[in-house]
Amino acid sequence: MSETYDVLIIGAGPGGYVTAIRSAQLGFKTAVIDREHLGGICLNWGCIPTKALLRSAEIYHYMQHASDYGLSAKEVSFDAAAIVKRSRGVSGRLNGGVGMLLKKNKVDVIWGEASIESAAKGNEPGKVTVKETKRAEPPKGAKGAGTYTAKHIIVATGARPRVLPGIEPDKKQIWTYYEAMVPEKMPKSLLVMGSGAIGIEFASFYRTMGAEVTVIELLPQILPVEDAEIAGLARKRFEKQGIKILTSAKVTKVEKGADSVTATVEDDKGKTQQFTAEKLISAVGVVGNIENLGLEKVGVKIERGVVVTDGLGRTNVPGVYAIGDVAGPPMLAHKAEHEGVICIETIKGLHTHPMDKAKIPGCTYCHPQIASVGVTEGKAKELGLSIKVGRFPFAGNGKAIALGEPDGLIKTIFDAKTGQLLGAHMIGAEVTELIQGYVVAMTLESTEEELMHTVFPHPTLSEMMHESVLDAYGRVIHT
Amino acid sequence: MPINVLMPALSPTMEKGNLAKWLKKEGDAIKSGDVIAEIETDKATMEVEAVDEGVLAKILVAEGTADVPVNELIALIAEEGEDPGSVQAPKGGAEAKTAPVEPKGTPDQNAAPDGAHASYARVDQAPEGAKPSGAAQPAGSGDRVFASPLARRIAKQEGVDLSAVKGSGPHGRVIQRDVQAAIEGGTAKAGAAAKPEAKSAPVPEKAAPKAAGGSAPAGLSLDQVKGFYEKGSFEEVPLDGMRKTIAKRLTEAMQVAPHFYLTVDCELDALMKLRETLNGSAGKDKDGKPLFKLSVNDFVIKAMGLALTRVPAANAVWAEDRILRFKHAEVGVAVAIDGGLFTPVIRKADQKTLSAISNEMKDFAGRARAKKLKPEEYQGGVTSVSNLGMFGIKHFTAVINPPQSSILAVGAGEKRVVVKDGQPTVAQVMTATLSCDHRVLDGALGAELIAAFKGLIENPMGMLV
Repeated sequence: MSETYDVLIIGAGPGGYVTAIRSAQLGFKTAVIDREHLGGICLNWGCIPTKALLRSAEIYHYMQHASDYGLSAKEVSFDAAAIVKRSRGVSGRLNGGVGMLLKKNKVDVIWGEASIESAAKGNEPGKVTVKETKRAEPPKGAKGAGTYTAKHIIVATGARPRVLPGIEPDKKQIWTYYEAMVPEKMPKSLLVMGSGAIGIEFASFYRTMGAEVTVIELLPQILPVEDAEIAGLARKRFEKQGIKILTSAKVTKVEKGADSVTATVEDDKGKTQQFTAEKLISAVGVVGNIENLGLEKVGVKIERGVVVTDGLGRTNVPGVYAIGDVAGPPMLAHKAEHEGVICIETIKGLHTHPMDKAKIPGCTYCHPQIASVGVTEGKAKELGLSIKVGRFPFAGNGKAIALGEPDGLIKTIFDAKTGQLLGAHMIGAEVTELIQGYVVAMTLESTEEELMHTVFPHPTLSEMMHESVLDAYGRVIHT
Repeated sequence: MPINVLMPALSPTMEKGNLAKWLKKEGDAIKSGDVIAEIETDKATMEVEAVDEGVLAKILVAEGTADVPVNELIALIAEEGEDPGSVQAPKGGAEAKTAPVEPKGTPDQNAAPDGAHASYARVDQAPEGAKPSGAAQPAGSGDRVFASPLARRIAKQEGVDLSAVKGSGPHGRVIQRDVQAAIEGGTAKAGAAAKPEAKSAPVPEKAAPKAAGGSAPAGLSLDQVKGFYEKGSFEEVPLDGMRKTIAKRLTEAMQVAPHFYLTVDCELDALMKLRETLNGSAGKDKDGKPLFKLSVNDFVIKAMGLALTRVPAANAVWAEDRILRFKHAEVGVAVAIDGGLFTPVIRKADQKTLSAISNEMKDFAGRARAKKLKPEEYQGGVTSVSNLGMFGIKHFTAVINPPQSSILAVGAGEKRVVVKDGQPTVAQVMTATLSCDHRVLDGALGAELIAAFKGLIENPMGMLV
């Protein structure tokens, strides 16, 4: 096969397929290349299927506590295979949906391993060769291996789990998120290495399903990117649920037994301890997929394992662009999507600006949920900013009490001088759905005044967002 | 250190341009004066000449990229002895807007990033006093300024006049970064330098049309206009830079310059005879081609030039709080091209011979069609000539092209019955209409000007001496 496009996108993850659809909307002849699945990790092995698992865990948790709500549920139990099946079904359905969306927008899908041969020069388009892949069957209607050309080539290849030497995942005792998402049976005990969003979500899921869970974090704080106060509250809740948490702790050695794995953990004082469990989940971050793409060949600049771009997706090589995880942190699906749209609109010549990374929200779907945007209180102090901090506890909100979710906190950070909302940090029920209100406010450059003047519906959890702002200015009502 | 090649400002109003074409490849040796790229501005395609020597190490903005902001890093030149392969874009890649964009003298004085020195295309063609634009452009006082709450608050705290800040947010809304840029750039402070830029525009402050975002002053919104027509009954044509400029400038002209119109009929018989004689007497070049071939329009240009110097008060333009009066006549000539028009200016039209004007116009027209005119070739002028005679138009009025103070709309020369000595007789007649800017020309002065023009056209020998 060979065909010429305006825009070729390598990777059909959330960054790639969204960029492809926007590209088609802008009138570009567009194709997206993937070797494994439409929708990428996010939709197939990340964001979405874990939400399905966590939903099962949540309902299981409620069933166990049915009596708190005046209900009774006897012989509450679960079927691990059915939970996994549901999760895979959710992914499958959305995966098909992406295929449909691409087709509807007349975006071609090319199946295989892509490598850039050359970037566009003059009137000569850039060239990408696509080799056959054995990883997965191509979706219906996909084009196969061959040479494809395009004036603009966008690399959107995402990231994969980071592997620590000596702790290589083996799919049996040492898992990455791939295996953790499709357990044949629920492990009775589990070690989780790393307490970022991925590690904590699996810790929360498996703990709810009854496993003994130990989380080992290298840094002094779990959820290291979150506000220290929020992370501290989360830690207390997790420990109350029975999760064992070690911070400032390093896994120095991992030994595998027949049906177990033993990790030697060294704390910051040099003291070592051993932990044995059925499984170990390695969740120590992700690294960009930069290999075998021909990036070196065409001279694309790479730094710290990610492609260097100008904030508008352009690399140092004209005609080659990068977006999403492969273009650097934060490695989040919504960042990739937004970055992709900025990139393709820049190519089109529309008026674009680099993304403001201070306004990218992050969500962790453990129980309780955690959501945040902007700077943490610690970071603001480190930057020497003069700030006002507002706090409002779930215990002061009618809807939270009615839901039986009285634990949680909404924290806001304002610039003391200008009233700019610098950050918002939340823990508690449904906060992942609340955070967007603050993100909109930040994007519109609201000050505390507009937020105070905004009417929040009663009774909702969102009222706490209002109260937190009021608290920052000493005007809180319900505490 | 590698030499940074920045997007040049090819005209004082240029904010961004399209990188049309790279004429050198990465790895090519570059000599000073080499044309390395072509840039498309709102009006023309311009060549970018290198001012430094070396090897073109990296192209950072691909050809075909639209709307590249002035001063954006577009390429890197490795200096002699430097390994082109090791040359790298500064941190942040092309986003490194290290060279400040605020107006301060010639771009060469702009701070260069990291000790590397900046290389511009030759911009000495820009008229004197030209300022690279990009800093605050007043949105016009009196109009409502759209600004984010945060931008308003910071502006208030820092004493920034928001109406003098150009917004970069959605729909030209002023947002935080615009105010911060204004503070850092030292412009737009209320009081001290409240209207620094307004001086260059021949526009009374109060009447300044809101021109934020460089678009034409608002009429009906897109949705309103579309609402009048059946869906699918039209195709949407995006505006190119020339269309935007024409829309903006001429709307401004009609709103700002009070127009009035004076129409005269000029008899052409003597002129046609003289033209024939002159063309017949033209010498030949070595290929046997005549050295010149005068058109009626060449006479019109010359007549307009002479008329202006004979009526010196009309050889003037409006400049905010005064009138600029000129010694020589600069006459613009509207040249229609595909998708728009240019108005190259014949300088000293009063002094040039008809053949010189004729040959200059041929060159201008050819390069206008190729969009190869330099900005200084179509900027300035006191009046313009717009001739639609070749389309059989008998009479029309034209819109003054700011900052000029008049424009002559010339119709077709045709045989008409005229009354001479009480008797009907046939003569070749051309109708010409002068649009005048009343701020500069009053009715009688305009009449004097067009009478001088008519006299020269009807007694063309006066143009030969």
